[in-house]
Amino acid sequence: MTDPSILVDAAPWRLSGVVYGTLLNDPATLAELGDAVHAAPYKAPPRAPVLYLKPRNTLTQSGAALEVPADGGEFEIGAALGMVIGRTACRVSQADALAHVGGWMLVADLCVPHRAFYRPSVRLRARDGSCVLGPRVVPRDAIADPDALELSVSVDDLAVQTVRTATMTRSVARLLQDVTEFMTLRPGDLLLLGLAAGAPRARAGQRFAIEAPQLGRLTGELVPEGFAAGGRQPAAAGENATQAAQVRA
Amino acid sequence: MKTARVAYAGALHDAQPHERGLRLADGRVLAEQDVVWLPPFEVGTIIALGLNYADHVKELSKELTVTAKDEPLVFFKGPGALVGHRGMTRRPKDVSFMHYECELGVVIGRTGRRIAAADAMAHVAGYTVCNDYAFRDYLENWYRPNLRVKNRDCATAVGPWFVDAADVPDPHALALRTFVNGELTQQGNTANMVHDIGALIEYLSDFMTLQPGDLILTGTPDGVIDVKVGDEVVTEIESIGRLVNTIVGDEAFGR
Repeated sequence: MTDPSILVDAAPWRLSGVVYGTLLNDPATLAELGDAVHAAPYKAPPRAPVLYLKPRNTLTQSGAALEVPADGGEFEIGAALGMVIGRTACRVSQADALAHVGGWMLVADLCVPHRAFYRPSVRLRARDGSCVLGPRVVPRDAIADPDALELSVSVDDLAVQTVRTATMTRSVARLLQDVTEFMTLRPGDLLLLGLAAGAPRARAGQRFAIEAPQLGRLTGELVPEGFAAGGRQPAAAGENATQAAQVRA
Repeated sequence: MKTARVAYAGALHDAQPHERGLRLADGRVLAEQDVVWLPPFEVGTIIALGLNYADHVKELSKELTVTAKDEPLVFFKGPGALVGHRGMTRRPKDVSFMHYECELGVVIGRTGRRIAAADAMAHVAGYTVCNDYAFRDYLENWYRPNLRVKNRDCATAVGPWFVDAADVPDPHALALRTFVNGELTQQGNTANMVHDIGALIEYLSDFMTLQPGDLILTGTPDGVIDVKVGDEVVTEIESIGRLVNTIVGDEAFGR
């Protein structure tokens, strides 16, 4: 078995296991909804950041085999830049926000595809193993401009999407400001900048990868429900996730 | 057995009820107000239910009806939301409607995936009282209830006690009551959950592995009212505990 910990280039970052994702930070996702944004049940575009949690049962590390639910058959592969909090962040200003980031990492946020955003849809977003982290946390200063990154997404080695952090409605610093206005982030917490519209879908038997300069290459493999690698029973997914959250300093 | 986790004289302690308040594991007997009460166990994933009491649904909207046939409304909360017994919760100045929610907290004790409702109670370690505040001014219709309403720092009180499942023969027959400054404002009974504990565990474990320490907040009955700075809010569940929380203003936070 491979080392379950995620490589960290420098101390003292240790993932806490707390992961917040950001929905609708790509203006194209709202644009896809068209006039529906103003109609019931939404009635208006979002004002504050729309967040969700990826709880500990979802956490796994790059290289993992992930079970695609039998009922949906597909996962949407959401490529995201993860900000690893380095200093407790409560009410930080946009100007001071980056000082609270300890490092960066790639995250594949998988969900069963859905286009209704009224309810939190945890059944579709919080499946075991659906938040792939890694391969490493790189120190903040290794990335000159986090708002100018390109994440290349491939399925079965075929390039399918390029996610540009520059297209996000809220930049890294702005998102940290608006989130920490109402909730404190602590060292090791992970906040995802957001998913891009047009995320590819993949089914059991396919592999995916997300790659970016400095951040490395995150990989995952989709397998049918009940067939996780190594004959591991689905019930063990939680233990795996807990290990994944323990980072070697 | 009932257990708590408290801070006292520079250290964390496990404690049990005592006729004069509580007794630390090391033998010291203390009054309730002499210690700092923490959430009574190591809390894992916090899973909350909305609209899980039919009467509360009616209260929120005359048009809404919810039945056991509907998919449960589930959302998650992060660890920063938690606060212990006798804690304080901030009411922001710009809020016009902030309300408590008295809820039975179900604590998972055994790891499981795809647990049938009939087997679910064997996965329950015990219970606690939760008061899950909502700040309705911040409601938006995207992944509602959004985190700005439901995941604010220290706005989910938990405790004072963790109560062993063995001491609660029927968790679906417990009276819930909330008192604001001593006046009874909310009443209900866990018998009236739309989705009972077994159904919730079956639903959740169908897509996620439940693990020891995971906490399920099972929803609140009707009777929620606005609470103001200075109010003392007591949420109480029969046989489980009496959880006290005080509403504080922005000033203490330099806001």
